Amino acid sequence: MITSEAARRLRAEAAKRILLTDGAFGTMIQSYRLTEADYRGSLDLGHDQKGNNDLLALTQPQVVAKITEAYLDAGSDIVSTNTFNANAVSQADYGAEHLVRDINLASARIAREAASAAEAADGRPRFVAGAIGPTNKTLSLSPDVNDPGYRAISFDELKAVYREQADALLDGGVDFILIETIFDTLNAKAGIMAAIEAGEARGREVPLMISFTITDMSGRNLSGHSIESFWASVRHARPLTIGLNCSFGAPQLRPSVASLSPIADTLLMVYPNAGLPNDLGAYDESPDTTAGFMRGWADEGLINIVGGCCGTTPDHIRAMADAVAGKVPRAIPSARRQTFLAGLDPMRIAA
Amino acid sequence: MATAYKEEPEAAPQSATFVNIGERTNVTGSAAFKKLIMAGDYAKAVEVARQQVENGAQIIDVNMDEGLLDAEAAMTTFLKLIAAEPDIARVPVMVDSSKWSVIEAGLKCVSGKPIVNSISMKEGEAAFLDQARKVMAYGAAVVVMAFDETGQADTKQRKVEICERAYKLLTGIGFPAEDIIFDPNIFAIATGIDEHRRYAIDFIEATREIKARCPHVHISGGLSNLSFSFRGNEPVRRAMHSVFLYHAIPAGMDMGIVNAGQLDIYDEIDPELREACEDVILDRRDDATDRLIALAERYRGPDAVAEKQAQEWRGWPVAKRLEHALVKGIDAHVIEDTEEARLQFPRPIEVIEGPLMDGMNVVGDLFGSGKMFLPQVVKSARVMKKAVAHLLPFIEAEKDPNARGKGRIVMATVKGDVHDIGKNIVGVVLQCNGFEVIDLGVMVPWTRILETANENDADMIGLSGLITPSLDEMVTVAEEMKRAGMTMPLLIGGATTSKVHTALRIDPAYDGPVIHVLDASRAVGVASTLVSDTLAEEFVDKTGADYAAVRAARENKGQNELLPIADARANGFKADFALKPPAPVQPGLHSFDDWPLEDLRDHFDWTPFFRAWELAGTYPSILDDAVVGESARNLFADANAMLDRIIAEKWLTARGTAGLWPCRREVDDILVRPCDGAEVRLPMLRQQTIKSRGRPNMCLADFIDPAGDWIGGFAVAIHGAEPHLARFKETHDDYSDILLKALSDRFAEAFAERLHKHVRTDLWGYAAGEQLTNEALIREQYRGIRPAPGYPASPDHSLKPILFDMLGSPSGITLTESFAMLPTAAVSGFYFGHPESEYFGVARIDRDQLEEYAGRRGVDLAQAERWLRPNLT
Repeated sequence: MITSEAARRLRAEAAKRILLTDGAFGTMIQSYRLTEADYRGSLDLGHDQKGNNDLLALTQPQVVAKITEAYLDAGSDIVSTNTFNANAVSQADYGAEHLVRDINLASARIAREAASAAEAADGRPRFVAGAIGPTNKTLSLSPDVNDPGYRAISFDELKAVYREQADALLDGGVDFILIETIFDTLNAKAGIMAAIEAGEARGREVPLMISFTITDMSGRNLSGHSIESFWASVRHARPLTIGLNCSFGAPQLRPSVASLSPIADTLLMVYPNAGLPNDLGAYDESPDTTAGFMRGWADEGLINIVGGCCGTTPDHIRAMADAVAGKVPRAIPSARRQTFLAGLDPMRIAA
Repeated sequence: MATAYKEEPEAAPQSATFVNIGERTNVTGSAAFKKLIMAGDYAKAVEVARQQVENGAQIIDVNMDEGLLDAEAAMTTFLKLIAAEPDIARVPVMVDSSKWSVIEAGLKCVSGKPIVNSISMKEGEAAFLDQARKVMAYGAAVVVMAFDETGQADTKQRKVEICERAYKLLTGIGFPAEDIIFDPNIFAIATGIDEHRRYAIDFIEATREIKARCPHVHISGGLSNLSFSFRGNEPVRRAMHSVFLYHAIPAGMDMGIVNAGQLDIYDEIDPELREACEDVILDRRDDATDRLIALAERYRGPDAVAEKQAQEWRGWPVAKRLEHALVKGIDAHVIEDTEEARLQFPRPIEVIEGPLMDGMNVVGDLFGSGKMFLPQVVKSARVMKKAVAHLLPFIEAEKDPNARGKGRIVMATVKGDVHDIGKNIVGVVLQCNGFEVIDLGVMVPWTRILETANENDADMIGLSGLITPSLDEMVTVAEEMKRAGMTMPLLIGGATTSKVHTALRIDPAYDGPVIHVLDASRAVGVASTLVSDTLAEEFVDKTGADYAAVRAARENKGQNELLPIADARANGFKADFALKPPAPVQPGLHSFDDWPLEDLRDHFDWTPFFRAWELAGTYPSILDDAVVGESARNLFADANAMLDRIIAEKWLTARGTAGLWPCRREVDDILVRPCDGAEVRLPMLRQQTIKSRGRPNMCLADFIDPAGDWIGGFAVAIHGAEPHLARFKETHDDYSDILLKALSDRFAEAFAERLHKHVRTDLWGYAAGEQLTNEALIREQYRGIRPAPGYPASPDHSLKPILFDMLGSPSGITLTESFAMLPTAAVSGFYFGHPESEYFGVARIDRDQLEEYAGRRGVDLAQAERWLRPNLT
C-alpha cells in the first residue's frame, strides 16, 4: 500500500496555518443564468437537464473551470470537484446515470488542472478533493412511515454507487475523497467502505475527508447522531479531516465544532452555509459576517481548515482568508485509548 | 428544591465501568422473544428491546440463531425496525450470531458503532483475520471467543494462551486493542462432574491474566451458563451470578450479558447461601456442589427467601424484632412490639435506650459505611418515631428532667425561606443517631432561633436555606448570636451554602465555631464530633484554620479583575435579530386552574428526585445501579404508589399563569408592555468577568431586539399538600412527608417544563412543529430559555414581584420578604424565544454596575447591595 504524498503535504501545510477550502458551486453557477440548452449541450438525453449542475463538466467545462479558478484566486488551498450529485442514484433523476463516470472524470481533471496551474504560479501547494454527496436515499430511514423496516436502497447497492464515483474521481486525479453533507451516518459508512476498497484495488492509500451535517437545532443529523456519536461511528476510517458543512450557518454549527474539536485526533474542517436562506431561498449573509464567525473560531483554536457551503462565494473565501491569516491552527489532540461505541448517543467504556 | 434554572445539558457521554448488556432480545436466551420472532410479531419484539433499554441495559445483544428461522432476514428486519426507535437506538447494538453471514448482514443495517459477537480462531487464523478486517472496515468493536482450532478453552492456561494469541494477531493487522473484547467462556459449574469444578475460578483467574498481558482489552461473558444446573431455581441462580461478579469484576471483567434486574446485592444474600455459592465458584471444598444442591432445595419457589425471613423474624425475641423492624423499616408490628418491650423493661425509657437505640445504631453504622441509603434511613426513622410516640406518655409520667440524648440541636430554615426537605432529612438522620432535635420549621426569625437555643440549653444550632437571600440571613443570625454572647457551634447547610461563603462571610461574623455541612450524610459525623469531649476541640481548630486558609487564599488571589460595565456591554452578545421569533399567536395572559396531573406525571424529570434523597445517579439507569439500585427501586415504587393516590384522590392542584408581551430593549433593560398598558422596566445584569477567546459578556437583555420584540413570563405552583403533610406529621411519618414534598417539587418542575412546551408550540407558537421526547425536554433540546429570577442568569430575586405584577398576581402564590414563593413547590421565570438565547451565570459584578443598577431599579444603593450581595463577593 503506497501512502499518500498529498496527505503528507496537506498535514505539513496545516501545521503552519489555518487552510482554506473553497465555497459553493451552485450559487456561482446560478449567476451564469444558463438555459436548459446550455446544460444539455450536444448530449442526447431524455429529461429536462436544467439544474443538473454536475453535468456542466461535460457540457460547459469552462464555467466549472472559471469558478474553480475564482476560488483558487480568492485563497483556497483545497478545491473540490463539482460532483455533489454525480452519482448513479442522483443522476437517475436526470436519466443521466450512464454518464456518471464521464462527469466525475471530467470534473476531476478540471479541478486538477486549475489547482496545478495555481500551484505552479505561486509555489503554494494546492489540493483537489473529489466530492461525494449523500445521494437522495437513506440507509437508516424508511421513506414510508407505515413501514419503518423498509429501505429504498441497500448497503451493498449504495456502496457500489459510491465505488463507481470514487473510482472515476481517483482516475481523474483527485488527491482526496470528500464524503460530505452526511445526513445519514450509515450512508457515510457505505461511502467509507467504498473508498477504502477503491484504495485497496489501486494499492494506494485514499485519504478521506469526512463531513457531517446537522439537520435539527439539537445538533443531530437525520439518522439521529450527534457529532460525538458520529465521530465514534466513522473514526475507523482514520480520515485526513473530519468536520461539518452546510446546515443552518456558522453559529448553529459552533456547538458541534466545539464538541468535536477536543476529541478528534485529526484535522478539523468546517465549511458552513452563508447563514440561513431568506424568504426567497437566497443566502444573504455577507462575506464579512461569515468570516467574522470563522475568525472567532480561529481565536478559540477550534479549526484547521475553513471554507463555505451553500450561498458562499469567492468573496466569502477571500474574507475568510483575511480573517484567519496569521492565526494559530487548532492543535490536534491525541486520541484517548478508550472503547468508544455509539448508538444514537456515544458511549465510552473506561479502559 | 423548586428551581427553574438547570445546568446546561451535560456534554460528557455515558461512561461506564461495568457494562450491562441486555440479553432479552436473544432467541437463544429468551423463550418469550423467540416466540415473538417465530410468530413474526416484530412490533412486540421491538417492545422487548425498549424495555431492556428502559431497565438499564447499556448495550443490547441481538441474536437470531434459531434453526427454524432465516436468521439473516430476522436480524436485518429487527435491526432496521429498532433503528426507527430513538429510545432504543440510542444505545449501541451487539450483533450476535455464530454465523458470519448473519453478522455481516446485521452490520449493514447498523448506523452507529456496534459490537460484533463473536469471531474466533475456530476455523484457523486466516478466516479469523479475514473476519477481523471486515469488522474494522464496518467500524465495529468485536467480541473474540476463547476458541481455537482444537476447541473451546476450558482451563485457565488455554483461555490465556488463546486470547494472547488472538491479541497478537489482531493488533498485528492494526485492529485497535481497545475495540477487542475477550469472552473467555463461562461454563456451568456445580454439575457433579469433577472436570467442571474449576470453570468459574479459572475464568476469574484467566481474566486477571489476560488483562495483564493484553493492554486495553475488555473481558465479557454470558452469566446464565454459570448456574445452568440450577435452572428453575431463580434465588440460587441470582445469588451465584452476584457472587461470581463480586469476584470477577475486581479481576477485570468489565462487561457481561446479564439481566440487570435480576442481580442481588452481595451483602444482602443470605450468608449461608452466599458462602455455599462462594465455595462452588472458588472451588474451595470437595463437597461444595453437594452442599449447594442441598441448600438450594430450600430456595425453590419464587419468594422462598422473603417468605422464610418473613415467617422467621416474628418468632424472634422482642429486642431482636425491634432491631429488625428498624433496619428493614417495617412499621407493621412496631406498636405491639414496643408495648411488649415496655412491659418487660423496668422503665419505659430503657426501651428507647436499649433495643431501639441498638437498632438505630445498626442503621447508623450501615448508613455511615455506605451500605444503606437515605430512603431506607428515613423509613427506619418512621419506625423509631412511632415507637417513641407510643412510649412518650409513659415516659412523661415519670419524667427525669436530667435525661438527654447524645446532644440537643436547634434547627431552622431561616427567615424568608420556606424550603425544608434537606433540613428535615438532616433532622431525621440526627434523631436516628440519638440526637434530640428541636425543629423550628421554616421562615424562622433569628430572635426565635436564639431564644429556643438558650431556653433549651442546646448544644448547637443548625441553619438551612435554599435561596440566595438566605445566605445573608444566616450572616445576620451569626451576628446576633455574637451580640448575644453565645459560643455554641453553628452548623450551616442547604443547597446555596458553600464552604467558601461560610468561611468568607459567616465564620468571621461569629465567635463560636461555624461549620459548613455538605450533606445529610456528613451531619452525624460533624454533630457527634462537636459533642465529643475528646474530639471537639481539635475539629473546631482544624475547621477554623481551614476557613482562615480559604480567606487568606481569597485575599492573596485578589479578585479576578472585572471589566468596567461599559466595556462589558461593548463585548455583549450580538444576537442575530433576523432569527428572532415571530409575534405570539396568542399574546396576553393565559391562566390554567387545574392542569391534569397525569399529564405532568408524564413530564417528570426523576433524576433530581433521587438527588433530593442523596441517591447519586441518573434516572432510569439508577434503578439498576449496582450500589444504590435497590434503594432507588424501592423509593421509586413508593413514589409511584403515592403518585397513584395523589392523582386518583386529587390531593394536589396545578395552577399556573403564562403571559406574552411586546417589549423592547434599552441598553441592559428590557421594557415590557404588559396587558394593562404601562411600560415596565426589567433591569438585567451583565457578566463583568474578563472573557477569553472572544466569548461575550452575556446579559439576558442581549436576546431582545431594541427595535421591538416579545418576551414572556410565567408562574406555576402546586397547591393542596398542607392537609396531607399535617396528617403525616400527626402519624410521625417523616418518610411520607418528605416524599410528598419531593413529589410536589417534581410536579412544579414538570408543570414549568410542560407549560414552556405549550408556549413554544401553541401560545407563542414559534416551534409549532416541535416534537421532543421527555428525555429531550429534560436535556433542554428546544429553542428558547426560561430563566428564573434569583438564579444565575438573572440573580436578583427582587424581580419576582415585578414579574408577578405583570402576570396579574398569579392566583394563590405569595412571596416572603426574601422573595421565596409559597407554596414551596413553585417555579417562575421569563421566556426568551430567540434561538440563540442560552443559560449562563452572571457571577461576580463590580461596584460600577451595582451603582448603575440601583438607579435603573429605582432603589437606594444599600438596598441594591443587599439584593445582589451574592454577586458582589
